[in-house]
Amino acid sequence: MSWIDIGALDDIPQRGARVVKTLHGCVAVFRTHDDQVFAIDDRCPHKGGPLSEGIVHGHSVTCPLHGMVIGLTDGLAKGADEGAVATYPARVEKGRILLDAARLIRGRAA
Amino acid sequence: MKQKLVIIGAGMASGRVIEHILAQDPEGWEITAFNAEPRGNYNRIMLSPVLSGEKSYAEIVTHDDDFYAQHSITCRFGEAVVRIDRENKVVHSNTGSAAYDKLLIATGSAPFIIPVQGRDLPGVITYRDMDDTQAMIDASSQPNGKAVVIGGGLLGLEAAAGLALRGMDVTVIHLMGHLMERQLDPAAGYLLQKDLEARGIKVHCKGSTAAILGRDKVEGVLLEDNTGYEADLVCMAVGIRPETRLANDAHLEVARGIVVDDQLRTSDPDILAVGECVEHDSQLFGLVAPLYDQAKVAAATLLGQDAAFRPVQTATKLKVTGVDLFSAGDFTDAEDREDIVFRDPARGVYKRLVIENDRLIGAVMYGDTADGSWFFGLIKDGTDISDMRDTLIFGPAYQGGTSADPLAAVAALPLDAEICGCNGICKGTIVAAIEGGASTLADIKAKTKASASCGTCTGLVEQVLASTLGDDFKMPAAQPMCGCTDLTHEDVRRLIKARGLKSMPAVMQELGWKSSCGCSSCRPALNFYLLADWPEDYQDDAQSRFVNERNHANIQKDGTYSVVPRMWGGMTNPRELRAIADAAEKYAVPGVKVTGGQRIDLLGVRKEHLPHIWADLNQAGLVSGHAYAKGLRTVKTCVGTDFCRFGTQDSTGLGIKLEQRLWGAWTPHKVKLAVSGCPRNCAEATCKDVGIVCVDSGYEIGVGGAAGMDLKEVERLAKVATEAEAIDLTVAFVQLYRENARYLDRPYKWLAKVGLDWVQAQVVEDLANRAALIARFDLSQSIYQRDPWADRATPKAQADFAPLADLTQEAAE
Repeated sequence: MSWIDIGALDDIPQRGARVVKTLHGCVAVFRTHDDQVFAIDDRCPHKGGPLSEGIVHGHSVTCPLHGMVIGLTDGLAKGADEGAVATYPARVEKGRILLDAARLIRGRAA
Repeated sequence: MKQKLVIIGAGMASGRVIEHILAQDPEGWEITAFNAEPRGNYNRIMLSPVLSGEKSYAEIVTHDDDFYAQHSITCRFGEAVVRIDRENKVVHSNTGSAAYDKLLIATGSAPFIIPVQGRDLPGVITYRDMDDTQAMIDASSQPNGKAVVIGGGLLGLEAAAGLALRGMDVTVIHLMGHLMERQLDPAAGYLLQKDLEARGIKVHCKGSTAAILGRDKVEGVLLEDNTGYEADLVCMAVGIRPETRLANDAHLEVARGIVVDDQLRTSDPDILAVGECVEHDSQLFGLVAPLYDQAKVAAATLLGQDAAFRPVQTATKLKVTGVDLFSAGDFTDAEDREDIVFRDPARGVYKRLVIENDRLIGAVMYGDTADGSWFFGLIKDGTDISDMRDTLIFGPAYQGGTSADPLAAVAALPLDAEICGCNGICKGTIVAAIEGGASTLADIKAKTKASASCGTCTGLVEQVLASTLGDDFKMPAAQPMCGCTDLTHEDVRRLIKARGLKSMPAVMQELGWKSSCGCSSCRPALNFYLLADWPEDYQDDAQSRFVNERNHANIQKDGTYSVVPRMWGGMTNPRELRAIADAAEKYAVPGVKVTGGQRIDLLGVRKEHLPHIWADLNQAGLVSGHAYAKGLRTVKTCVGTDFCRFGTQDSTGLGIKLEQRLWGAWTPHKVKLAVSGCPRNCAEATCKDVGIVCVDSGYEIGVGGAAGMDLKEVERLAKVATEAEAIDLTVAFVQLYRENARYLDRPYKWLAKVGLDWVQAQVVEDLANRAALIARFDLSQSIYQRDPWADRATPKAQADFAPLADLTQEAAE
């Protein structure tokens, strides 16, 4: 994997998210209450809502448009809902957020 | 001609006598009620939940002013009777007198004061009435206050638990070897002590008070064994004695209490007595169930019916939230008695049954009391338990192979099993009421009184409803706030205030949240409750807000936003319109629409453009319209006297003043206002949350209208003469709504729950309370009335609205 520095951990509030623009759409980067980071597609599988704007609780996010809850670790819809979004490797090193550049720049098919 | 009934004392027993008389002979009596306390009948056994903050005084009133007025009862509350003149059949107070045909003495009991030095110091109180309760609530408002409760019986422990919940450092001093020795055996007393100690209450058993120390006010308590405890408050709860002074002075027969016969008559046949002041068959009474029985018999005697009072056994429960104990019957050791004991130390459960001659005669339970009423039934009925002795301790679920389902257990109860101990209501009475058409808990309360007193049997009554009605009964709407807690919104709001919880972690920790950091349902609600209740202490949490309030714009279905500048009272001018037009062009806004709230909506703005378009609009003097907020939206107006030939008042001016006062305030749900200048009502004020209609003589203020999912006309809050008063009432109403409604209830929904009468009492009639509401609103506004657009004009805020990184330009490897 080739890790790319996309910003400081402190650029994202705890229990919040920011987006990273890529050639095939936005990726939402989440920082949870325990300072872990997760990267998933910023499109809710239900009606395309921006997941990065949802309320983050535990390791889940609730879509702001219609309330579908998506797990940040696996990208899967929780509860009775069905659906999934792509997840991307992400980690924090010395206060910086690193994403796997290969998948973000070359695209999912690579 | 009506008979004159004079009642001395407005307690639970006399209140019940009045009800029985009114129910059977509403026209026959002219009733006068005296009470030394300056208030009417309230549910005295609910003082503990008031002390702990779990209920308010208003919630425990059993008979309010309306009740007395409706039934033409003359209330002389706050007027203590000092003498009974039996010869002339008159009672005298310090300020007046009243003649009677029949007299009912219900003077209750007085707390026993230990005759030690220092007992008269300020800060030494007892625990009998609302004044005592209020004194304790006041004392607990001092930070780091220390309280000593003398007496580890029912009352003392309820006082201790309430004071501890209110944040005081509490020590209980108890003379005997274990707590509640009259109701509990040592093992259960030990578990209770452990539970209380886990809540931070110190317990000192075998402690005998030697003196209460202090110079000008209480400072501490000294025990015989020389232990000392500091105290800012000492609550004496060592026992009660019947209040018999009036009866004594009137030369009625008095032993320990006022002696009554089976008909509740004293030695003077025209004078009856009920409640804690009486002695019947050498027995005194302290629990509520026999008092209600007495009330029934006393009413019958007054009405000339045959009835006789027969005391029955009673069971005891402690009203401390989270402490579950039950005791009934006799559980002292004796030669021919056997015990069955069950312990589960890990769960803190202890059960002990005492058996004599194959009959259950006593039961003590701690930690799990679900089967209490079943055991109590066996004790009262003297059932032969030899057949089920092996499984008896496991309760009714294990008898006859029924399942452990609590509903099945209730279904299996015989019809004469007691459900409501306070009112002596058995299952059969409730089932009969259900068969007679009762289908809700409220119906059952109204028809049978079951669960209408201390409320601990509410769950059982609901289970009887469920088992009798089957699918027709929906378990009640005590909906928990969300999956993170079993508490309702109302519970949480009350506990946030009562326990002084001022941060989200404090709420989640103290109220036992089941998730690590809440969920998308409870967090926005908690954020609102905390900022509304503690404007000075709580820090608003953007991450607990729904996207619209976090980004200060309404998210649209494609992830873009809408931007709505405020137009005060719907007024605008060419300069503002030009700035809006310029901004719409500059940011290529795809949609421009006039809203229903008399302003302009710019639709389809991208998130990263928001801080920039706001800065441009700010330049022209435009501020956020909060069109996205659970807060004040718009104040719609007509042109009023400025231009209209029908206008009666300056409706536009009033609308602008209201909007300028209220903007920026967060509320449980959105709030929309309107002011119409005449009854033609062009501003459509009669379907708004607050709608004012101007008339020649002043301002008609309506509240609780709706024109969304529901359609509802406003109810009249008040009509006032001046604009200033119209503004005051509106502000006070909004603050009352902010402080009391559950999150996401519009005012009309909240109003349906609390009732217009209550709101009028708070906002219109009680001027001091109105002023206090306004002061609290203004305090909150001093912190929260900020233009979010101006706050986000910084480079940092602008960066936060942009993507964290843009990888679209990065070359592929």
